[in-house]
Amino acid sequence: MTARIGVVTFPGTLDDQDSLRAVRLAGAEPVSLWHRDKDLKQVDAVVLAGGFSYGDYLRAGAISRFSPVMETIIDQARAGLPVLGICNGFQILTESHLLPGAMLRNNHLHFICRDQRLRVENADTAWTGDYEQGQEISVPLKNIDGRYVADARVLDELEAEGRVAFRYATSGAAADGYGNPNGSLRDIAGITNAEGNVVGLMPHPEHAVEPLIGTGRTDGLAFFTSVIKRLVTA
Amino acid sequence: MTLDTVKHATGTPETEQPWAELGLKQDEYARIREILGRRPTGAELAMYSVMWSEHCSYKSSKVHLKQFGEKAPESDALLVGIGENAGVVDVGQGYAVTFKVESHNHPSYIEPYQGAATGVGGIVRDILAMGARPIAVVDPLRFGAADHPDTKRVLPGVVAGIGGYGNCLGLPNIGGEVVFDPCYQGNPLVNAGCIGVMKHEDIHLAQASGLGNKVILYGARTGGDGIGGVSVLASETFDSTGPAKRPAVQVGDPFQEKLLIECTLEIFAEKLVAGIQDLGGAGLSCATSELASAGSGGMRVELDTVPLRDATLSPEEILMSESQERMCAIVEPDKVERFLEICEKWDVIATVIGEVTEGERLEIFWHGEQIVDVPPRTVAHEGPVYERPYARPEWQDALQADDAGKLPRPGSGPELREQVLRLVASPNQASKAWITDQYDRFVQGNTVLAQPEDAGMVRIDDVTNLGVAMATDGNGRYAKLDPYTGTQLALAESYRNVAASGATPLAISNCLNFGSPEDPGVMWQFAEATRGLADGCLALGTPVTGGNVSLYNQTGETAIHPTPVVAVLGVIDDVNRRTPIAFAEEGQLLYLLGDTAEEFGGSAWSQVIHDHLGGLPPAVDLAREKLLGEILIAASRDGMIDAAHDLSDGGLVQAVVESCLRGRTGARLIVPDGLDAFTFLFSESAGRAVVSVPRSEELRFNDMCGARGLPVARIGVVDGDEIEVQGQFSIPLSELRTAHEGTIPALLV
Repeated sequence: MTARIGVVTFPGTLDDQDSLRAVRLAGAEPVSLWHRDKDLKQVDAVVLAGGFSYGDYLRAGAISRFSPVMETIIDQARAGLPVLGICNGFQILTESHLLPGAMLRNNHLHFICRDQRLRVENADTAWTGDYEQGQEISVPLKNIDGRYVADARVLDELEAEGRVAFRYATSGAAADGYGNPNGSLRDIAGITNAEGNVVGLMPHPEHAVEPLIGTGRTDGLAFFTSVIKRLVTA
Repeated sequence: MTLDTVKHATGTPETEQPWAELGLKQDEYARIREILGRRPTGAELAMYSVMWSEHCSYKSSKVHLKQFGEKAPESDALLVGIGENAGVVDVGQGYAVTFKVESHNHPSYIEPYQGAATGVGGIVRDILAMGARPIAVVDPLRFGAADHPDTKRVLPGVVAGIGGYGNCLGLPNIGGEVVFDPCYQGNPLVNAGCIGVMKHEDIHLAQASGLGNKVILYGARTGGDGIGGVSVLASETFDSTGPAKRPAVQVGDPFQEKLLIECTLEIFAEKLVAGIQDLGGAGLSCATSELASAGSGGMRVELDTVPLRDATLSPEEILMSESQERMCAIVEPDKVERFLEICEKWDVIATVIGEVTEGERLEIFWHGEQIVDVPPRTVAHEGPVYERPYARPEWQDALQADDAGKLPRPGSGPELREQVLRLVASPNQASKAWITDQYDRFVQGNTVLAQPEDAGMVRIDDVTNLGVAMATDGNGRYAKLDPYTGTQLALAESYRNVAASGATPLAISNCLNFGSPEDPGVMWQFAEATRGLADGCLALGTPVTGGNVSLYNQTGETAIHPTPVVAVLGVIDDVNRRTPIAFAEEGQLLYLLGDTAEEFGGSAWSQVIHDHLGGLPPAVDLAREKLLGEILIAASRDGMIDAAHDLSDGGLVQAVVESCLRGRTGARLIVPDGLDAFTFLFSESAGRAVVSVPRSEELRFNDMCGARGLPVARIGVVDGDEIEVQGQFSIPLSELRTAHEGTIPALLV
C-alpha cells in the first residue's frame, strides 16, 4: 500500500507545497487538506506545515487551533494518528494542547533564517524512526517566535520520559550552524507526546529533502520515510 | 460640507481649489480646466493630482525613457514590453517570467518598517497582476553612513519590514544589496524587486473592455492610510520644518496579501478575468483610470459601494487612499458569481463597484450624484510631459580630475595585509548575513542560490529543472563620477553576476534613483544614465522590460549620488548546472578571467582607506562582458568550473575572501606577471571573474578561453586554511571571518 499523508492549508500557511513535495519525494501520496473541511480524506498521517496561519494574529497558532480541520485532527491524534507540526504547525499543536509548552519571541527579537544543527534525542517516535539516537542533522530554521518555553515541572517530565525529540546542537561554531538560535529552554527544538505519534519542532525538515535545493542537504527526508515505514509495518 | 458634484463644479467656476497643496503646478491645474471645460470637482482634482505626480506620470523622465524602446535590441524573448505592470519574458518550455523593481524610498525614511513592508507588498501585486505566481523577491538597499545614529533607526526598521512582510507572504528573498554612504543619510533607498512565473497563455493585462463587464474591487477594505502619499511623499523633497507626514505612509497586512495572492491565482486558473490591475500608488484613481484608459469603452463606478475601514472617509479620500492589499478586476457578468465564490473561499472581501460602459468617459458616482466625469486617458496616460533643462554640472570636471591613481598605495606586505583586513571589514564589503538572515530564503522549496551568491536562482519546474536567476547591482560612486559609464557598469555587473551563476541573461529591469529633476545637474545625470543603459542593453542584447524612476531623492539642495539599480534576469535549462561562489575543493586551480588595469576611481579601496571619491570609474567593454558571460555559461554547462565569483567593488581580494569563507577553504595566490600586488588585489577593472577549475578540466578550460580570445591567468590554488599572497602576506581564515562577519552586528545590535 502507498501511505497517504495529508498536509493542511490554513489561510496564511506557507510551506504546504514544500511539505507536499517532501511527502512525494519520500514515496507517499501527498493529499491537500483544507482548514474549513473536517474531512481528513482517509489520510494515514498529517503534516501541519509552517507559515503564518491567520497572520499569527492574537498568538501564533491560536486561531488555527479552532478551525474545523483541527477538531478532527485533535480527536484522531489522541487516537494515534501520526501528526507532525513544523514551525507554525508546532505552535498549533501546543495551542491545541496536543503538546505541552509554548513558543515565545526569539530572545534576540529578530526573525532568523539559517542552517541549523540538531541532535536527535528520540529516534523512537513515528516521525524519527529512520534516525539514530544521538545523530546530528542539519535542517533550515526560520522563525521569529521560536523560543520554546514550559515550566520546570513540564520540562523535567519531558526529559524524564524521553519526550525531547530534538535539541539544538551546541558543540560547534555558530558559522557551522551550531548553537541555540533563540533562547529555547534546555536547547529544545522539538518534542513528542507520550505515545510518540505527535511530534512538533521549529526547524524545517521539509526544506532539506533535495541535494540541490536550500542548504543542499537531505537530512530532513527521514522524517517522512520514518512515518511511511511506521504506517506500512503497522 | 456640500458634495462637489460635476453639476456643482460647472455652476461654481470661481471656487478656489487646493491644487498647490496637492502638488500640482499652476499650468497643470490650468490644463485640467482646459481638458474638462470647467473647473474639476474635488474628486477629479484628487485624481489628477495623484496621477500627474512625478511618481505616477513619469513626467520628467518620460522623454529619456523612450530610448529603451527606440534602442531596444532584437529579442525573441520579450512577450510583454514596457508600459504594463511589468514586462514578461519567454524562458522556454511554455513558461514566461515577469520581473520588476520598484522604489519605496521616501516612505521608508519616514516610517522604515511600514515603508519597506508596503514596498514589498506593492511590487508583489504588480507581478501578480500580470497573471504570474510571485516566486522570489530581492531588495537593493542604500543607507546613510553605517555609524550614523539615524542609520540605527532606519536600517533595522527597513530590514524588519521587508522580513516581516516578505516572510509572511511565503516568498524566498534571494538577493539584493546593502550599501552605506553618507549621501543617503536623509534619503535611504529601499528598492524592492519581485519575480513571477506563469504559462504563456496565462498572461493578463491591465485593461477594461467588454460592454457590461463588471468592475470588482477585492482585497482589503479602504482606509485612511496613504492618502496623497504619491503626490505629497514621492514628489517633494523633505523639509524638516513641515508637518509630520507619517499619515501618508501606508500600513501593510501581509496576511491579507497572502490570501489575495492565492485567491487571485485561483481566479486566474479558472480564467475568470478579462483585465486586472493592482491598487498601488494613487489607489482607485490609478486603477480605474488606467483600466478604462487601456481598454475600449468607458467605465462607471459607484464609489459609495467601496467597503471602508473608516466610514467617515470622503469620496476624494477614497479615490486617493493607498490602502494596501487591494486589486481591481474586470469580469464578464456570467463569471461574477464564481469570482465571488473564490473570494469567499479565501475570506477575501469582493464587491462589484461598477461596470464597463459605452462611450469614452470615466464616470464616478457618490450616492447617485456624479462627482467625476473625465476622459480616462487624460488622467492615466496623457499627463504632462516635461523637457526639463539639463546641463553637465560645473563640478564634474574637477571631480574627474581628482584622480584616485594619485592616492598613496601600500608599499609592503604587512601594509597590504592590514588594508585587506580593513577592506573586508568595512561596512560596504562586510558580510550582510545579519541582515539577510532575517529573510526567509528557503520557502517554496525551490531556492537553488541565495545571498551571498552572485545571483539568486530559483527552480521553476521540478520535473525539468528549468530555473531563473536574477541579480541587482548599482554603484552610486561610479555613477557620480560618470553617470553614463557608471550605469553601464551597473548593467555589466548585474549581467556578469547572472552569467557567473551559470544562467544566460535575457532581459533587464531597472530602478533609477536620482535627485530633483528641477536641478539641471541632476537631470543631466539622469539623461546620461538612461543613454548609457539604453546603449548598454543594445550592446548586450538584453532588452529593458520596464522599470521605475524615483526622483527628488535629496535633502535640501543636496542630491544623493545618482543610483541606477539594474536587475538582470537569466534562464538556466537545468539548475543542477548552477555555479556557486564557494571555493570548496582543495587542490582546484584558481583562474582570473579578463584584463586587470590600474583602475581605482570610485573603488572600495579609495573609499575605505582614503575616504576619497574622484577620477574616472573603470572602463567598460561590453563586447568583453558578453564574451566573459559566454565563457562562464559554457564552463558551467560543460562542468569545467566548480565555482565562479564576479569581480566588482573591492576587486579580486574581496571576491577571493568571500569565496574562501563561503567554502571554508584557504587559497594560495601568486601575483601574475605584469601586475603589482596592489593592483592585482584591489583594482576594480570590469569584465573580470575568478573561477575554480578542477585539475582534470584545466586543459579543456584553457583551450576554450584561448580559442575564444579571453585573457586568463592562473593565479593560485585552493588550499589550506589561510589566504596567502606569495611573497607578501598571509591571513588565517578565522581572522578574515571575524573581520568580515563582525562588522554589521557590531554596528547595529
